Amino acid sequence: MKQALILVPLLIPPLVLNDFWLTQVATRSLILGIMALSLSFLATYLGVVSFAQATIAGIAGYTIAFFGPNSVGIGVPLPFWISIPLALSLAAISGALVGLIARRSRGIYAIMITLAIGVAFFYFTRQNYTFFNGWTGFSGVRAPEIAGVSLRDPLPLYLVSLAVAALALALVSGFVRSPLGLTIQAVRDAPGRVLALGISVTTPIVTAFAFSGLLAGAGGILNVWYQERVSSFSVGLGPIIDILIISVIGGLRHPGGAFVGAVVFVLLETFAVDLIDRERFNTLIGVVLLLIVIVAPGGLQQLAHDWLARLRAPDTNEKSSV
Amino acid sequence: MTLFLIVTLNGLTLAALYFLAASGFSLIFGLMRTVNMAHGALLLLGGYVGYTIVDATGSWGLGVIGGGLAAAFAGAIVQAGVLGRMQGDELRQTLASIAISIIMADLMLWYWGGLTYQVELPDALAGGQRLPVLNVGYANIRLALMGFALVVGIGLWFLIQRTRFGAVIRAGVDDQDMLRALGCPINRIFVLVFALGGMLAGMAGVVAASALSIAPGTDLQFLLSSLVVVIVGGMGSIGGAALGALLVGLAEQYGLAYAPTYGVVFTFAIMVLVLAVRPQGLLGKAEQ
Repeated sequence: MKQALILVPLLIPPLVLNDFWLTQVATRSLILGIMALSLSFLATYLGVVSFAQATIAGIAGYTIAFFGPNSVGIGVPLPFWISIPLALSLAAISGALVGLIARRSRGIYAIMITLAIGVAFFYFTRQNYTFFNGWTGFSGVRAPEIAGVSLRDPLPLYLVSLAVAALALALVSGFVRSPLGLTIQAVRDAPGRVLALGISVTTPIVTAFAFSGLLAGAGGILNVWYQERVSSFSVGLGPIIDILIISVIGGLRHPGGAFVGAVVFVLLETFAVDLIDRERFNTLIGVVLLLIVIVAPGGLQQLAHDWLARLRAPDTNEKSSV
Repeated sequence: MTLFLIVTLNGLTLAALYFLAASGFSLIFGLMRTVNMAHGALLLLGGYVGYTIVDATGSWGLGVIGGGLAAAFAGAIVQAGVLGRMQGDELRQTLASIAISIIMADLMLWYWGGLTYQVELPDALAGGQRLPVLNVGYANIRLALMGFALVVGIGLWFLIQRTRFGAVIRAGVDDQDMLRALGCPINRIFVLVFALGGMLAGMAGVVAASALSIAPGTDLQFLLSSLVVVIVGGMGSIGGAALGALLVGLAEQYGLAYAPTYGVVFTFAIMVLVLAVRPQGLLGKAEQ
């Protein structure tokens, strides 16, 4: 819950920011942060870095587009109170499937397998026209309207994203303290001992992946509302890497850092144009990632921690000497 | 029947390419436990450099060698400059190699643009051949590609099983600390193996640019195929890379020919099936 407090000051931005800042920077950071949180959760508590989070977010996004109003004429329109739970469950199920496939793999093996899953899904959406409308995907996706207010409007979308982000953080911190959450961490630390205690290793792993799929799915739904479209590019290597970069900038082992990383990433993306050629953004973000990995492998959150600790250190020394 | 034969031949061609790409990836992984995500970018770099050389000199052989050397050099720099400093921290290495691959891909896009390049073939490789027995016509370059992959495969086997350098690599795969204790300059070996892997990728890039074509995105395509090939075949095993490449190449072509919308699914299904039955890959050693 302590981490959810980070979000409280975020109620102020709508009062002071114009629509550009609110939507392009604040809301986008929140949405990307939620997706990155799903990755940081897995990395922190299960010790697995999954590259399939953008894929799962994409599955939720595609579900919303397929079962909702869109301008390509594919799919079955359903009311949003059916399509949203449907998208979330499909995301959780996809997460569980990824977990099932990757359950026996750890570390770099899990990275390779989840990356292969993600990229294979990307190529699949390009080839398949029945469900994914191939290369072009869905456009004209509209967020639901409640009492005449579209959730796509800047303020409602911001508030909804903020609420989802807070809920996601609260869910994560609650989940990791539950018996199942503790089992997941036990599997991370000593799978052999967990097995020896007679507890199946598969169930916690699959549940952790399903839970992170749920988070990614929530981010994916918000993202499709925000972008108003979803296509093969939404699940390509670009978004996969973006989510990874955000988590790494914030600190892979710090779930709350996902939002810090998202803000840094979005600010870079929005204002890099002024510093360098827009075309070369990928070089910039690559260099940033490389620098973070070399200089601060724990991410910005860890860096801040260390600095604070260093600042406090002289104080504690004085106290102890007194 | 003719369709089936041609599809099979296409599958073998693709398998040959995948093997060339994946063998370097697998070699690096086997020795250093480094997942080199920049492998696709090295391949693309080799392809571009090869194209530029062939364009300037008109010699295809020079292009293949030049492309291979360029990628070998880039690979050596990557290992000596960045990845070597994080030896033992696999996650950091993976992330760093992703960063390098993003930077390389973007810089290559800058320099060579978003065009599709195809390397001009020498007379000996242009045109086609009427195959005996099967009685179908087939492009020379594709037959040469299969031959090339065979030669590279045998060469690699010879290097690893029959030479002193190969013995050191094999020893490094089994017990790195022991090798270090025996006074072997392991860091230099790492750079050399990285260069060798880069060389294979670079040559594969030029060959891919000759038999097919290359463009931005080719790096991703070959990174994915290398990943799947080594996951299926077993990580760090050259024989596994060959077997995996055969399975994946054939599956992809049969999929394209007989179920065009679901071609990728075949590749993917093979991977999932292998993971379910033998997580370490068909010819891989079990994880410790």
